[in-house]
Amino acid sequence: MIGISESVMQFLLALIVVGPLAGAVAALLPAPPGLKGKSPDQAVLRHGVTVTGAVLVAAIVLTLGFDHDHPSKMQATTDISWIPALDVRIHLGIDGISLPLLVLTALLTFLCALYSYFKMPKGPSPKAFVALILVLESGTLATFAVLDLLLFFLAFEMVLIPMYFLIARWGGAERTQAAWKFILYTLLGSVVMLLGLLLIGLRAGTFDMVALATDNGSELSTSVQVIAVLAVGLGLAVKTPMWPLHSWLPDAHTAAPTVGSVLLAGVLLKMGTYGFVRILLPIAPEGMETFAPYLAAFAVVGIIYGSLACLALARPGAKGDLKRLIAYSSVGHMGFVLLGISTMSPTGVNGALFANIAHGLITGLLFFLVGALKDRTGTSDLDTLAQGSGAALYGKAPRLGGLLAFGAVASLGLPGLAGFWGEMLALFGAFKPASDLSRPAFLTFMAIAAFGTLLTAAYMLIVVRRVCMGPAPGSAEAASGGASPATGGANSVTGGAGSAPGGTGAAPGAERTPGLADVHGYEFAAWTPLVALTVLAGLWPAALLGLTDPVVQQLLAGGKS
Amino acid sequence: MTAASTASASTASVIQSVDWVAVAPPTIVAVVGLAVLVADLFLHERNKHLLGWFSLVGLAAAGLFLLPLTDSHNSARAARSTFCLSGPRDTACSYTVDEFTLVVQLLVIGGALLTALLSMTTLKDARSADKGLPEGEYWFLLLSSAAGAALLPASRDLATLVVALEVASLPAFALVGLKHGDKRSSEAALKFFLSSVTATAVTLLGISFVYAATGTMHLTELGAKLGNVDGQLDTLARTGVVLTLVGFAFKVAAVPFHFWVPDTYVGAPLPVAAYLSVVGKAVGFTGLILVTVVAFPEYADVWGPALAALAALTMTAGNVAALRQRSTRAYSAVRLLAWSSVGQAGYLLVPIAAAGYADRRTDVLESTGATVAYALMYAAVNLGAFAVAALVGRTKALNRVSDYRGLYARSPLSALVLAFFLLCLAGLPPGIIGLFAKVTVFSAAVDAGLGWLAVVMAVNVVIALYYYLQWTALLFRAPEGEPVRHRIPVPITAAIAVTAVLGVALSGAPQLVLQFAEQGVR
Repeated sequence: MIGISESVMQFLLALIVVGPLAGAVAALLPAPPGLKGKSPDQAVLRHGVTVTGAVLVAAIVLTLGFDHDHPSKMQATTDISWIPALDVRIHLGIDGISLPLLVLTALLTFLCALYSYFKMPKGPSPKAFVALILVLESGTLATFAVLDLLLFFLAFEMVLIPMYFLIARWGGAERTQAAWKFILYTLLGSVVMLLGLLLIGLRAGTFDMVALATDNGSELSTSVQVIAVLAVGLGLAVKTPMWPLHSWLPDAHTAAPTVGSVLLAGVLLKMGTYGFVRILLPIAPEGMETFAPYLAAFAVVGIIYGSLACLALARPGAKGDLKRLIAYSSVGHMGFVLLGISTMSPTGVNGALFANIAHGLITGLLFFLVGALKDRTGTSDLDTLAQGSGAALYGKAPRLGGLLAFGAVASLGLPGLAGFWGEMLALFGAFKPASDLSRPAFLTFMAIAAFGTLLTAAYMLIVVRRVCMGPAPGSAEAASGGASPATGGANSVTGGAGSAPGGTGAAPGAERTPGLADVHGYEFAAWTPLVALTVLAGLWPAALLGLTDPVVQQLLAGGKS
Repeated sequence: MTAASTASASTASVIQSVDWVAVAPPTIVAVVGLAVLVADLFLHERNKHLLGWFSLVGLAAAGLFLLPLTDSHNSARAARSTFCLSGPRDTACSYTVDEFTLVVQLLVIGGALLTALLSMTTLKDARSADKGLPEGEYWFLLLSSAAGAALLPASRDLATLVVALEVASLPAFALVGLKHGDKRSSEAALKFFLSSVTATAVTLLGISFVYAATGTMHLTELGAKLGNVDGQLDTLARTGVVLTLVGFAFKVAAVPFHFWVPDTYVGAPLPVAAYLSVVGKAVGFTGLILVTVVAFPEYADVWGPALAALAALTMTAGNVAALRQRSTRAYSAVRLLAWSSVGQAGYLLVPIAAAGYADRRTDVLESTGATVAYALMYAAVNLGAFAVAALVGRTKALNRVSDYRGLYARSPLSALVLAFFLLCLAGLPPGIIGLFAKVTVFSAAVDAGLGWLAVVMAVNVVIALYYYLQWTALLFRAPEGEPVRHRIPVPITAAIAVTAVLGVALSGAPQLVLQFAEQGVR
């Protein structure tokens, strides 16, 4: 949009990747004089906000300087030889599909740092906390910015250790087990992925993603592609997570601190789906074609499974944990993303990328909200919160309740909000998949996935009813599917007005439990960007699709276009 | 000079001119060792610590003498050789300095140097605790063993190879058993000695078979002659090849010759355990590479699959045993390092096995280069881990893994450094060099079509991560009781600093060691 010279762009991108790493090292050192702040803890938390803020600013400037007329062209590219022995090059660059993810990561990490500045999770010193968040940010940003297979693997691995410690040190109950499960699953997946990446690189003679993508796999025989897709896909599928490999996710989310959950759902999961689009689709199209129906089938099972699991958790008396519920809903949403990718059609892949971003915004917001709720009430257990009659958040903390309802309806895919377009397009893609794929199969998948959206609506609305509404006695009996559409309509109205101070139900809530604080200033600061972007992406999807579509067209067509 | 001398030597092959510069590094180490032994007799008890400094200087000098050799091999492709025999068609040499030799000698001498640094503190502590390790003998044995280890990569005939191997091992037995009045120490030494001697005997038998079948000891000639062995002698040669490998499998502590490792490491003084885990292993791998790739390429169909199976078994056995270590058992930290070194030996075997499947010469060189690169990484990082273990062992004599709990609170830097070393061994960022060293090993396996071995190794990497990370996590837990700060002795600090700087530098520029995996080590 604005002309920024290429060398400045290069510098900005390098800064975005390296900056947080340098910041992490600086966080471990004692604060320099003049920056000591009120206490060492406060100083280091402020340092985290500053660094992530600077990275966010750099990412925004990068977006402004990005040539939006040619999003399919790699921009701000740096290409330096690093390890000639392994043919590893520091090859950085952004195009229309990596830029949104880059900005999303920078934004979410900044919001997390801001949130922790005011609300540091319980645990050991914030020094290590800030350093780990920054390393995590660097790893995720690098994953989206690198264009070399081995560097991608390095970045992919870089997030493991920080996330492990974030869960194991600052998490809630059963955090050690959850942290182990997270790291062992992901590592097993990513080591297998390394084998696949090596196979691709050694057979094709280069590890450079751009070169490989323009070849469109012509160097690789079909059998190599099939093995490579199996191996790489396995690693990415664990991360995404795809249905039978997802079982680490609910545990990790339940145990992780709020900030950890937000980052895990908001950006870490995207690394998996991004890998599918960036590596597998263009580099091994024949292998993808072999596995696309299976991938779609697993994705659809994931959608239904995630929704059913959520429904089961949302039931009264199920002792469902809200964080666990949102984690399962992530399995369902990522199922839509995978379904979109597996169609191998431009519509589906665009939808997948859109749903990716939307999920990052909405689920990030939901985890923030549930975290805030847990901080206030001391529990995220749905039954304890609702206590048979509903937690009546609308009454006790109307803004919080409104935001939660907003997040819920955004998550179920209400038209006009971000969640809608991605899933819609993914379903469209499944309606007309790539010409080599079996259409009847994908039509079936589409039908099942569409049914999944209904289930999603059902559990989200049950959650809203049980958490936000109440305390009228006897409302628990009405928690059946028939009542949902009615409440849905009512909630979406409340949701739309959620960010504005709405005080309709404040009077009855205040008299019951006066202790529940409404949204604090810093919470507004951390959540408003997410709300605004959710609305923006819902009303103006072209902004995002205009970026991704040319790239997707090019990646799918490869050298042919 | 050498070329001229070999040309004129055809008349009288008995008279040889020795290229002293080429043989300088092992010779210096050996001479310094002898000098230390003699000086020990004349030094007053008070001044015994001078022996340590003298040995350090000797090792450093030997390291410096590697420098003039680096030029010669760059300018001329032909390596620098001495102790040559002129045959009717070509000459075969017993001592050759090429890139491979130099890199391994650097590893051996560097490893010995770091061991010496660690030993200074151990000996000093023993002196002040009046448990007296005999210093003169200690330094003499260490230097002798290092001299043998430095000789080995240069030897190019089976006899020299076995002699070097034994020179490297025999002093090591004595070193292990050196703790006076320590029952565990002498038991460990005996265990180590008996299993090693058995392995050597088997190797000698194998060598004699090979010699009987081919009539030569020189590795290069063996490589040429084994291809056209008389049909009747084929079985003999084949058996000889297998038996020869057994001895080297013992040295690298490959399954089923790995049982001596944990007890020996625990029984030995800690620096000696570090020495065995790095230099002892390097010796075994060098021998294995020389024997398989240079001498027995014709029998790649025999040793390739055998080594692949051995690699898979070794890494699995080592890692599973390390996983089963209870952190509260006495000496569990050293035991864990011992078992993990068995697991690492398995990874080191993978590229050598892959060399057995390679079709082209360059692939073979790349594969062995991957082993060398991995060994260099492993040497730096493992010595570093042992150095920190030695540091902790000074205050917590039992050296249990659980003693490392809260190390960060007591001594933040050494905790961070140990965490870095452990993650390098696990192969996860921030241990970037460990990650890329593993990538080269994986890529050697994938390139050779050993997909199953790569998958076995992948599973092992995950198992290993579990115990490395468990230990790492323990470092940052809240300490039990009040943290007590101790003064850290200078030599240990130096050793930790050197290894840490090496690890960090290599993580920034992995090319420094990985270049060997690219060009191969010629």
